Amino acid sequence: MNYWPLAGIAIVVAGFALRFNPLLVVVSAALATGLLAGLEFVSVVEALGAAFNDNRYISVTWIILPVIGLLERYGLQQRARGLIESVRGATMGKLLVIYLIFRQLTAAIGMKDIGGHPQAVRPLVAPMAEAAAEKSHGKLPDAEREKVLAMSAATDNVGLFFGEDIFFAIASILLIQGVFESAGYPLTPLQLSVWAIPTAICAFLIHGGRILAMDRRLGRLPE
Amino acid sequence: MITYEWLYILAGSFFAVWSLLSLRDTANNKRLGNAAFWGLLAASFLFGSHLPDFGNGLLVLAMVGIAGAGGLGRSNPETTSLEERFNFSALLGNKLFLPALIVPVTAVAGTLLYNYTPLGDTGLFEERRETLILFGVGVVFALAAAMVWLKAPVMAPAEEGRRLLDSIGWAAILPQMLAALGAVFALAGVGDVIGSLAGQIIPDGSVLLTVIVFALGMALFTMIMGNAFAAFPVMAAAIGIPLLVEGYGGNPAVIGAVGMLAGFCGTLMTPMAANFNIVPAALLELKDQNGVIKQQIGTAIPLWVCNVAIIYVAGFLLWN
Repeated sequence: MNYWPLAGIAIVVAGFALRFNPLLVVVSAALATGLLAGLEFVSVVEALGAAFNDNRYISVTWIILPVIGLLERYGLQQRARGLIESVRGATMGKLLVIYLIFRQLTAAIGMKDIGGHPQAVRPLVAPMAEAAAEKSHGKLPDAEREKVLAMSAATDNVGLFFGEDIFFAIASILLIQGVFESAGYPLTPLQLSVWAIPTAICAFLIHGGRILAMDRRLGRLPE
Repeated sequence: MITYEWLYILAGSFFAVWSLLSLRDTANNKRLGNAAFWGLLAASFLFGSHLPDFGNGLLVLAMVGIAGAGGLGRSNPETTSLEERFNFSALLGNKLFLPALIVPVTAVAGTLLYNYTPLGDTGLFEERRETLILFGVGVVFALAAAMVWLKAPVMAPAEEGRRLLDSIGWAAILPQMLAALGAVFALAGVGDVIGSLAGQIIPDGSVLLTVIVFALGMALFTMIMGNAFAAFPVMAAAIGIPLLVEGYGGNPAVIGAVGMLAGFCGTLMTPMAANFNIVPAALLELKDQNGVIKQQIGTAIPLWVCNVAIIYVAGFLLWN
């Protein structure tokens, strides 16, 4: 058996880890894999071109950008902030759990850019979580304060990652579809995206539970 | 019959407009690179089906050349000020979410109607393509509704879309390129090689152990590369498809979808995913640059275990 085509995998791993331009890494890996498998250069370029062409539907998803951009022009981000601010006064646990479900649900219907670290976490979620924690538990030691801020950022990530794949027209779902279709297993985007729901529920329960446990632990800190 | 070709013409015209607007944008000193990159992508959508494979291959190499040489810049089209946005958001309220909702509602409701009513017998859509085609229809509906409601300038959607597209940059075609890599891997027989290697290492017939190796590989490769998208074609070609689907007859939809999510658990635990883990630590001025990761590990590990359980139970026990 010819083991040389495996070099392509090594190129992908090393190239991404070394922070080369990912498009360059991927195309180099494709060319190297094809050549090492004994194909002619022209046939490798043809194979790459045909595969890129067959997978165009993955990049079709960007046609949603004018809709989102237009709504942002008229204050979509500001309205999302208003919604988050309306839970001011809640405890830190309740606030972050609400933000978690808000982030999961909006990502699940295709609005994945509505939260995010520069737009929502730093100006809004983190300061509100800190204020709520200090209101219930008094002034926090520095190390604990940092954990509350870090937990706010973590909540944004968990909500996004385990909400977005419920939306069928997202690159990761269509990438899965493309890889399986190339291997001879035709699937539909909805068939795939429904299977993101069980994990989304687990993520909500696990992370939500950890947020509430953190809030309780802060309450037991010695003064 | 409506096929993907219609959708490609729609997307191709969007990218063509973005290419032309980039060309005109004298404020961006890399405007030629942007115009060429989005122009080539537009050409791929509009003419790809009629080009020979070698032509499509050269087109790919040209796009990668532009991106690899740093030829793309961020644009900054004219838009509303922060103050105007605040005023609009107060005036328009939560109704601002509605146009965005039109897209998933059209696609999901349309798909259900098409598949569970006699509508499907009309053969209006290409088989298995109806959801994404209806997504395109939803985008057109949403744009029309938002334009009528907001009375925005005619070019506003194109310019606002270009702002978002340029903030994504070359990464916009990375998933498509990774899917193409998966196809080249398949052609070169990468899956067969690893499948036979893994077959020698993993005890024969242990489905659960193979699921664990697959999910662990997704998480570890994602941690090394900082990107679950890149890990997916590798692990699918190595274990997911040859062993789990073909060898053990598992449900491909569960293995694909939940396998990707096992990779996302890896994203929560790696500094290589800088945008998600390191940048926010800096934004929040944390002393510990791994502070965010430390708060995520406690979620990522049990969630990874859940993903293994979901693949094993839904992909095998309930499927067979």
